[in-house]
Amino acid sequence: MSLIRITSPHAHRSGSTGNVMLTVLLATLPGLAAMTFFFGWGTLIQVIWGTLLAISLEAAVVKLRGRPVSFYLTDYSAVVTAVLLGLALPPFAPWWVMTVGIIVAIVIAKQMYGGMGSNPFNPAMVAYALLLVSFPVQMTSWAAPFVMSGEGWAVLSLSDTLSAIFSSIPAAIDGHTMATPLDIMRHRGGFTTEEMWTESTLLANGIGAWHAVSAAYVMGGVFLLYRKIFTWHTPVAMLGSLTLISTLFFLIAPDQFPDPFFHLTVGATMLGAFFIATDPVTSATSNKGKLWFGAGIGLLIFIIRTWGNYPDAVAFAVLLMNLCAPFIDQYTQPRSYGHAKPNRGAK
Amino acid sequence: MANDYRKITLDGLWDNNPALVQLLGLCPLLAVTGTVVNAMGLGLASTIVLMGSNLTISMFRKFVPESVRLPIFVMIIASFVTCIELLMQAFTYELYTILGIFIPLIVTNCAIMGRADAFAIKNPVGASLLDGAMMGIGFTAVLMILGGMREILGLGTLFTDMQLLFGPAAESWKIVIVEDYVGFLFAILPPGAFVGMGLLIALKNIIDKRLEEKRKGPQVSVSSGESKRVRVTGNIS
Repeated sequence: MSLIRITSPHAHRSGSTGNVMLTVLLATLPGLAAMTFFFGWGTLIQVIWGTLLAISLEAAVVKLRGRPVSFYLTDYSAVVTAVLLGLALPPFAPWWVMTVGIIVAIVIAKQMYGGMGSNPFNPAMVAYALLLVSFPVQMTSWAAPFVMSGEGWAVLSLSDTLSAIFSSIPAAIDGHTMATPLDIMRHRGGFTTEEMWTESTLLANGIGAWHAVSAAYVMGGVFLLYRKIFTWHTPVAMLGSLTLISTLFFLIAPDQFPDPFFHLTVGATMLGAFFIATDPVTSATSNKGKLWFGAGIGLLIFIIRTWGNYPDAVAFAVLLMNLCAPFIDQYTQPRSYGHAKPNRGAK
Repeated sequence: MANDYRKITLDGLWDNNPALVQLLGLCPLLAVTGTVVNAMGLGLASTIVLMGSNLTISMFRKFVPESVRLPIFVMIIASFVTCIELLMQAFTYELYTILGIFIPLIVTNCAIMGRADAFAIKNPVGASLLDGAMMGIGFTAVLMILGGMREILGLGTLFTDMQLLFGPAAESWKIVIVEDYVGFLFAILPPGAFVGMGLLIALKNIIDKRLEEKRKGPQVSVSSGESKRVRVTGNIS
């Protein structure tokens, strides 16, 4: 009897990079559905347009670098980048905003650093930060949510949305846009947080839409946790530190700082916690490192949201912690079997 | 001698370009290259200072004790910078206000200090003057290319506001590349300068590599003809 000798591990799962990325794409579907339901067709169009651009650009650059195109396209990482960017952009952002974003994400932030697995920064977040810095007007007018329809208000029709995004003469979308809750929060002037809710009826009526979208992202995230695509450490640490610090400040001065629930459910907190901070390439490696990494993001989100120049902070916080990830790795290396002490710290 | 001058020229413009190879003087390079006219203004000012300081330092190189050479360099460079500053204040006042602190900061531009210590202190007057001019032109060229890139990307125009440097006649030099351009703020801000600079350095390295391959090409075929035996043990038939 001849037996084939194979080295360990003997039990492994059928998880290629492509499979993992497809699972992540599947998990973004509830979020995408919620965005489309509450904010109109814009997000769906952005995601499709971004995906087309990302696939063609990735293929072009990979070919230029002399690598096998089909091998790199079937890991679907470019599609994930495009979908995440599409979910993060304002639904009515013009087509060229997405185009610039994808060029930056795929060509500069990903392929120039050596492609999938070698990029120190999350490509989608590099693109988002660059767009936010470059096009503040286009990047801060968000679609008004559908739930605030007092008098039969509905989302923009598909053809109107298409023309708002793709035509050179923008359609009249002014009635369909508003600032995001975080933007209203930031520019509330002398009002206390209490007064902010009574002053802005748009915000008070529409906040439910943001809560629902966040809930949809949590659903996707829990699905990914269940499928063991990532461990619980990063999201829990990130949401935990954000809750802790915002509760602390809310208890000290409730009329100046919004409550922790507001911080957790508006903006990109949930998208960031489950889909962006958990990126295996750009986050810390060990479980202990992931806790530090996530906690740092949560803390930075609160600091930048409260005292920074921009309304939302997830992109900046993630990029700053991406920068710290190698440092965290150096100090959180676990003890390997057979060694009394872990081999960590500066050499 | 002529060969020397040729080498100095090539060094300044390409092989040892202060901006692309030595990576000196990056502070003004990144800060003021938002438009071509700003880049050109600062580039010309730096070139004149560089030529003047190289010339003067080379003239006095036999009298400068080595232990105090750096303070002496700084004083010479600072006096030239003061001249340039006053001249710009007199003739191109608007550009002077735009460039602001970066004109006095030419004193601390390490490209100038570097040339003084690496070249002018050891070489005769003529060579030093040429070195200053070529290094300055090389620096200005990079500044202007970077300025042009950032202006096209950031504002959608080229050669805007040239009248600040060349008088009212230059007002019509402005070329509008894209009508109704939204503006790409990233290219105007310092991060855009870093990315642009990286792309320029990459481009230079690619060109150098191609040139090297071209130069080496025939040499390989020559050396393959003769047998080069480094270690011979036993008989090789």
